[in-house]
Amino acid sequence: MSQLNEERAREYWRRNITLVIKLLLIWSVVSFGCGIVFVDALNEIRLGGYKLGFWFAQQGSIYVFVALIFYYARKMAALDREFGVDDE
Amino acid sequence: MDLRTLTYLVVGASFALYIAIAFWTRAASTRDFYVAGGGVHPVLNGMATAADWMSAASFISMAGMIAFMGYGGSVFLMGWTGGFVILALLVAPYLRKYGKFTVPEFIGDRFYSRTARAVAVVCLIICSVTYVIGQMKGVGVAFSRFLEVEYDTGLYLGMVIVFFYAVLGGMKSITYTQIAQYCVLIMAYTIPVIFISLQLTGNPIPQLGLGSTLAGSDGYLLDRLDQVVTDLGFREYTTDVRLSSLNMVMFTLSLMIGTAGLPHVIIRFFTVPRVRDARSSAGWALVFIAILYTTAPAVAGMARLNLIETMAPEPGQHLVAEERPQWFRNWEKTGLLAFEDKNDDGRITYTADAAENELTTVDQDIIVLANPEIARLPNWVIALVAAGGLAAALSTAAGLLLAIASAISHDLLKGMVFPQITEKQELLASRVAMACAIAAAGYLGLNPPGFAAGTVALAFGLAASSIFPALMMGIFSQRITREGAIAGMIAGIGITLFYVFQHKGIMFIPGTAFLGATPPNWFLGIEPNAFGAVGAMVNFTVAFAVSSVTLAPPLAVRQLVENIRTPDHAPAAHDLELVIHDE
Repeated sequence: MSQLNEERAREYWRRNITLVIKLLLIWSVVSFGCGIVFVDALNEIRLGGYKLGFWFAQQGSIYVFVALIFYYARKMAALDREFGVDDE
Repeated sequence: MDLRTLTYLVVGASFALYIAIAFWTRAASTRDFYVAGGGVHPVLNGMATAADWMSAASFISMAGMIAFMGYGGSVFLMGWTGGFVILALLVAPYLRKYGKFTVPEFIGDRFYSRTARAVAVVCLIICSVTYVIGQMKGVGVAFSRFLEVEYDTGLYLGMVIVFFYAVLGGMKSITYTQIAQYCVLIMAYTIPVIFISLQLTGNPIPQLGLGSTLAGSDGYLLDRLDQVVTDLGFREYTTDVRLSSLNMVMFTLSLMIGTAGLPHVIIRFFTVPRVRDARSSAGWALVFIAILYTTAPAVAGMARLNLIETMAPEPGQHLVAEERPQWFRNWEKTGLLAFEDKNDDGRITYTADAAENELTTVDQDIIVLANPEIARLPNWVIALVAAGGLAAALSTAAGLLLAIASAISHDLLKGMVFPQITEKQELLASRVAMACAIAAAGYLGLNPPGFAAGTVALAFGLAASSIFPALMMGIFSQRITREGAIAGMIAGIGITLFYVFQHKGIMFIPGTAFLGATPPNWFLGIEPNAFGAVGAMVNFTVAFAVSSVTLAPPLAVRQLVENIRTPDHAPAAHDLELVIHDE
């Protein structure tokens, strides 16, 4: 429970934001990208009985969303420890 | 045992369980009442959030909407789940760190303004009240369809149950009853579709069944579905775009950011012990939601296929009216299903051509409600679906009512009108506010106002265009000023209401729409329900513009923003008394 100096605090925030931007990029690619904008192209590919674009829109994007949140939670818990700011 | 007795038993047992939980978990303090003491395990909070979030619309209506929209229905699936990524990454951890009781409280502190807090309270009450009307109607409808009691009686019963546990225990009781309600609703949702998936494809996992081949053939289920719908003149199921790609993107985005801005969902994350729990709890919430949301497309596709194969037993042939199955006759009685033999050939013609179509009413809700009967499942499964629908409606109603009650007792009474009241008095006030909110919601459920039809969509549009941007700017910018935030919220909610009203009528009163409710009249072809994202952009733009010409926020506010960005308990700006300037 140390209080960060200003520079460390800025570094912590910068790394958090970088991670958030990366994950939100994936988030928008699977939903708006694969699920809507590029759906026709992906529909040419099949995943069993699913057309791939349709699968992303009704199944795949949701699985990716779940994975993104847990990945973020894990990464941030590690970052909190590294900077000594976890709220134990 | 006959179906009716069995349904009474199952629903009665579930209600007894909720009431027992309410007794065990009564609230003793305002902290219990508003945030369940702040000690809820993240996995349990995830489960409670899932029940809180999944309403009568998710349980009863969503699969039906997808069944009739096909691919276009994906906006609901992605929108209502993708919002949790935003919640987990951009909202929940920071508001948990802030560590107080309500969303307007944060907005008031961050924007150092009672006016901002009051505007947030108004936005919250509009979103939540419009939303709760839909839940009360859901309770009444579920009772009247399954228990064969009057709609009004059903609604009163629902009010009594919610009154009992919400007034007694506040967030604490609501949390633990929501956990029980999640278990009931998820069983009720998945059991029928597991059997249907087995019957159709031989695969018991519906998510895989939808992508499998049909039992006894090597053709895929979805290919067969595409073929039968196009044979009847409908558009292909798996590629049926909703208006345009742009419209689908905007609709999905509106639902996502609306989700992340709905106060009754956000406050659930105030109940976990630590910031990191808020992050993981959002993940657990989405796991529990995803179980239903990835099953729903299977319910939709399989039920649509079953429906069409009932209506057209052989290609080009129509169902003989006298040979229609028993479930068909049962649901005709409710008015959700109706046919009219226009050409007197004794057959029910089902086609996309409205002039020739004889299946005149197929309510979307039938897809979930009649599912167990279509699959010829035993009566206890039907009874379970009734209990599940009620659990979904009650759990969401309770969460919304708590958000409304705490905004009234904590933000309006304690925060603005009577700051000197003691904790005990505030706890009493919050119980009274809760009782009044239940009475008001019940009244509106009995006498739904003209705008009730469009309410849930409206709630998302309003949350997306008012509360969500204010939270984002409050957390991620230190420069947005009180004036900027207030102007932004008013502009965002204003333009969204204006757009919805101009196309759907002022307060949804028919005939008052001054621009038509059809695609050619829409801005860039964006339908009114999808306009929240545009409203949010307007909010951001106005807030930045106004902030750039007004005085920067005071130091204490900048410290508050610094403070919520790290999870640790460093001396916090919000422990200092924030100076409120306006009035």
